Amino acid sequence: MALRRDWVYENNGGTCVAIAGSDYCVIAADTRLSVGYSIYTRDYSKICKLADKCVMASSGFQGDLKALQKNLAARHLIYQHQHNKQMSCPAMAQLLSNTLYYKRFFPYYTFNILGGLDSDGKGCVFTYDAVGSYERVGYSAQGTGAGLIIPVLDNQLKSPSPLLLPAKDAVTPLLESEAVDLVKDVFASATERDIYTGDKVEIVVINASGIRQELMELRKD
Amino acid sequence: MKLDLSGLQSFPSIPGSAVDDLGEDLFAAPSFQLPACSDFDGFQKDAIQMVKPAKGTTTLAFIFKEGVIVAADSRASMGGYISSQSVKKIIEINPYMLGTMAGGAADCQFWHRNLGIKCRLHELANKRRISVTGASKLLANILYSYRGMGLSVGTMIAGWDEKGPGLYYVDSEGGRLKGTRFSVGSGSPYAYGVLDSGYRFDMTVEEAAELARRAIYHATFRDGASGGVASVYHVGPDGWNKLSGDDVGELHYKYYPVAPTPVEQEMTDAPAA
Repeated sequence: MALRRDWVYENNGGTCVAIAGSDYCVIAADTRLSVGYSIYTRDYSKICKLADKCVMASSGFQGDLKALQKNLAARHLIYQHQHNKQMSCPAMAQLLSNTLYYKRFFPYYTFNILGGLDSDGKGCVFTYDAVGSYERVGYSAQGTGAGLIIPVLDNQLKSPSPLLLPAKDAVTPLLESEAVDLVKDVFASATERDIYTGDKVEIVVINASGIRQELMELRKD
Repeated sequence: MKLDLSGLQSFPSIPGSAVDDLGEDLFAAPSFQLPACSDFDGFQKDAIQMVKPAKGTTTLAFIFKEGVIVAADSRASMGGYISSQSVKKIIEINPYMLGTMAGGAADCQFWHRNLGIKCRLHELANKRRISVTGASKLLANILYSYRGMGLSVGTMIAGWDEKGPGLYYVDSEGGRLKGTRFSVGSGSPYAYGVLDSGYRFDMTVEEAAELARRAIYHATFRDGASGGVASVYHVGPDGWNKLSGDDVGELHYKYYPVAPTPVEQEMTDAPAA
């Protein structure tokens, strides 16, 4: 399909992870950008702050990723002018879903995770497919390393399904610092087995006191 | 090239303004952007194969004496990979109407959200709730207008309106069928097997819910693309109500209890040498 004359997509790889807690949200992505076996840069941030308490991490095709980030940023600016407030994370989640679906016949080749705090101050993670189906979850991973990371997160964090009736409490039982350590561990492991993940991991933590960012070095081979 | 769909969202339209550097008019009514290529079908096929949207389902719904029962599993798979075990496949359109989701997850989610908006607008314009017939026809007409563009939707619209219980099957090929018993998705043959053998019109709500749960369970047992949680809803004259949500892994031990196996021979200590 890459032989099609009209083919406009490329896979630049990358992995994103997010974990929601009772009063925090951790969103992380590696900073490697590659095509095939070549590494183009070791320092490309895939995380974008969309609102005060809303951050998006994306992997897939860098061109679409950048276009999507700019589109959402512009729409959020309009929203701020019209409503004189920041968009909430669940509202941004549905905007992202619609934005992706309006490109249903010419998709953004991006795999996104949206993380932040909802209006009650609880951590929230929304996970997407490329054409806009979305779901609120306790944790998620997307991108080339997702298949390696999700089973580990399931093992460590698996909580009762929100669909169960009578409902069971489904909050990730980790402290913020434990969640950050878990994210660092899963990235270090994914880097060992995924050629598209590595170099550095950018970790963003959102809590009541604001947004904090940290970087951790990963293998560069 | 753009497909106009100005009815999708109401947004103040200021012509000729706010064109960002991506050449996109942010104030324009939302529309579907199409790829600039000569072979649209081939492009679609390759693009969809590349993004592998979530699929795979068992859903069912039936009308009986006390109303409509709607049930579904909760698994989404992308090829062989289970992408989620907690999908909400029963979509709450309004307090009197439910939709089910089979086929492309994004297609179903988006068009049900769109249908919810249209039903609410109908309610505001006509001072009464839309009928199930009307709602299903709105959806069927939209899906028919996109026929051949690769949408994948298989849905049931179930609800209670002025004429009593209503149930319609609607799909992306343009089909719209009225009926009393449907099952949709890759697990539907298994669900039909249980449903058809156990269905009676004069069941109680409890019996009907149990039949639906058992049908979903047996479908998840035989169909690899179905699984997770079996959710059961009932729609009566006072609207819908969720009756149960059970992990099918645990339901298995309800339908097939582990019988204690008799010990054939007690183990004894080896005699000291």
